[in-house]
Amino acid sequence: MAFEALSDRLGRLFKKIRGQATLTERNMDDMFQEVRKALLEADVNYEVVSQFIAEVKEEAIGEKVLDKVSPGDMVVKIVHDKMEDLLGSGDNDICFRMDGKPTVIMMVGLQGTGKTTSAAKLAQLFEKKNHKKVLLGALDVYRPAAIEQLKNLGLKCEPQVETFISDNKDVPSIASSAYLKACEEKYDILILDTAGRLEIDERLMDELKAIQEVVSVDETLLTVDAMVGQNATNVALSFASQIKVTGLVMTKLDGDSRGGAALSIKRLTGLPIKYAGVGEKMNDLENFHPDRMADRILGMGDIVSLVEEMQEKIDEKQAEKTSRRMMNGQFDLTDMLSIMKQMNKLGPLGKIMKMVPGAPNLNDEQVEQASYALKRTEVIINSMTRDERRKPEMIKSSRKIRIANGSGTTPKEVTKVIESYLTMSKQLKQMRSNPMMLRRMIRK
Amino acid sequence: MGLLKFLKEKFTKKKENTSEVTEEVIEEEKVEERYQAGLDKSRNGFTERLKKLAIRTKKIDTSYFDELERILIEADVGVDLSLELVKETYDESKERGLDNPEEINDLLVDKMFIGYANEGGSFQTELKRAQEGPTIIFICGVNGSGKTTTVAKLAKKYKDRGDKVLLVAADTFRAGAIEQLEFWANKVGVDIISKANSDPSSLCYDAIKKAQNENYDIVFIDTAGRLQNKVSLMDELRKIVRVIQKLLPSAPQESLLVLDANTGQNGIDQAKIFKEAVNLSGIIITKMDGTSKGGIILAIRKELNLPVRYIGLGEKMEDLEEFDLEKYLYALLVDSKEE
Ligand SMILES: Nc1nc2c(ncn2[C@@H]2O[C@H](COP(=O)(O)OP(=O)(O)OP(=O)(O)O)[C@@H](O)[C@H]2O)c(=O)[nH]1
Ligand SMILES: [Mg+2]
Repeated sequence: MAFEALSDRLGRLFKKIRGQATLTERNMDDMFQEVRKALLEADVNYEVVSQFIAEVKEEAIGEKVLDKVSPGDMVVKIVHDKMEDLLGSGDNDICFRMDGKPTVIMMVGLQGTGKTTSAAKLAQLFEKKNHKKVLLGALDVYRPAAIEQLKNLGLKCEPQVETFISDNKDVPSIASSAYLKACEEKYDILILDTAGRLEIDERLMDELKAIQEVVSVDETLLTVDAMVGQNATNVALSFASQIKVTGLVMTKLDGDSRGGAALSIKRLTGLPIKYAGVGEKMNDLENFHPDRMADRILGMGDIVSLVEEMQEKIDEKQAEKTSRRMMNGQFDLTDMLSIMKQMNKLGPLGKIMKMVPGAPNLNDEQVEQASYALKRTEVIINSMTRDERRKPEMIKSSRKIRIANGSGTTPKEVTKVIESYLTMSKQLKQMRSNPMMLRRMIRK
Repeated sequence: MGLLKFLKEKFTKKKENTSEVTEEVIEEEKVEERYQAGLDKSRNGFTERLKKLAIRTKKIDTSYFDELERILIEADVGVDLSLELVKETYDESKERGLDNPEEINDLLVDKMFIGYANEGGSFQTELKRAQEGPTIIFICGVNGSGKTTTVAKLAKKYKDRGDKVLLVAADTFRAGAIEQLEFWANKVGVDIISKANSDPSSLCYDAIKKAQNENYDIVFIDTAGRLQNKVSLMDELRKIVRVIQKLLPSAPQESLLVLDANTGQNGIDQAKIFKEAVNLSGIIITKMDGTSKGGIILAIRKELNLPVRYIGLGEKMEDLEEFDLEKYLYALLVDSKEE
């Protein structure tokens, strides 16, 4: 993508500040121009960008310029931390009712934002993680086949989720029948999927109000498409002013949009972002992580989540050793191989790769190809001498031919392995020079 | 003469000349009304602010241009293009000594118009037709952008013209997608070919065969929504096109990207990557009945030279209009209530 990480952009402006004692309004001016542009390109709302920049500037002014840390990184850190703050605490799970009545969740939003899919994914999540009995309520009586879609998605969940369907065309009364069923049959949770609607469609907005009147809805979640532009804030504000909204679900975060709307909406409505949709499968819904979102908006890849996920699943000691070596700048081909192997163990490689900045997104078929590639990489690295593994830079064409012959591969493949090593170590270097990420990784 | 004035004149003249009320004119006016109604909210936002701005501003200074910049950015035109448009407007207004806000606004609109028009290509919105045999129209886009509804709207349009239309339910992946298109086929009264859980390219192969054998005039292929960064799903699209071309080398006559007007800067990426994959010939922008302005189409036009062909203005099968740049800008910038 044409986006450039904010830290890279700011890198170009370092010179101006280097050698000065503190950050001042004047020496930061160019940087903040760049930050502003980056935020606007990430679809953060114009108004919010202005406020945000003013506040961050305030905080940054007077900070000492440290020897070891580049001013650009300092600014990135301040911007990032502020953004993370604004995005919320991240601990936003749904509160379930304790009074024996079913907890009712209603999905609302513009057309095509992902309400139906999110409703089913939530059902899956609550069944799996919270061991709740969930009923889906099909309230989209307008869009052709919306009901079939919900029903089929419910059946795709494991265990399967039932969908309440009615011939009735009066939406509030379907909602109350669904609620009645949920009560009688002791469901823990009822998730209502409503039709997509424009926030200016009075008739349909009234319909939502009417649902909230006949059923005690505990959570009303507004789905927001991560690709949405500047108008997102108007839409969210308008929904929230007409009906009671309790939180947001951000969808299609498996795309490559920056998702700046998350920041804008959170800032202007104060509504917590509760969940993130990250794919088309029923398991592709996660709790929202403000730190990852801040990284994403600023274009820093999702390397932190990667590290977290690695630490969750990988043999702790091994991971510690590798990351220590990584941090010390001792990263060589053997390390790369061991990381690749660990990643492969993590299961869906595609998901992991998604979190590595610059890495391609993978699909099942490609994951298979990737594990094949992993095997090739392994034989190639194994055909190298110890020195070559430690200093891959020394591998020139004659060595390449030897390694290729030794591993039964081609010199081109050898080059590719070395290239991915170089990219990876470059990324690591960037991470090391980024105090915020360093801090986080070490804290772990 | 400012474009705005030009447009105003053009539109008012048209109405004066139509003393003879033909059916065509009524239809034309109906279309315009719907267009206007659909764009009402976008227009109100944009024009009102421009107008308020013009009223409020006695003296033209840089803050006036900052405000213009803001209006463009908030319409999703994008930072780079917005800055460029405003800078050009600023420079030229300085050069020509313009100090009247209305003139400056006109100048800005001129710039947008010329910028779009100068990208070359024709203003033709009409879909290209095959010399002989069936015309194949390929519809793609990200999830939820409005592809299926747009296919229904196009089908209706062409059926009404007397074409024999075939719909292809090539979204064999998403739950309920086939039923959704079947509903529309039924409602519009056209034929559909579908096969659950099948490979979309083999379904398209069958569809083209069917279209050839049974003399269909035009075939609309509704593909599954996909995010442009999913490599294998983009490859799947390429494969569909390859398979189509085995039977009909000059097909598809049109590959259209369906783009949601709510889309922000990611829209450029969408257009770019879909274009690389299936050689897009144009864009259909949907949900223009909402409050989003769809300004990203200007940036897409500039970066990728892709013209907008149709515009979606609602959820019904009639809610599709040919894109008309003049009308688009007119509707965006001129407040009808004022006249
Ligand atoms: N207001 C409005 N809604 C629209 C318009 N076009 C489509 N929609 C709605 O947007 C939603 C999604 O439309 P679909 O046609 O199903 O979108 P799609 O691109 O086929 O979706 P997937 O196949 O799931 O990727 C539906 O609720 C449509 O009714 C439009 O021009 N205006
Ligand atoms: Mg569809």
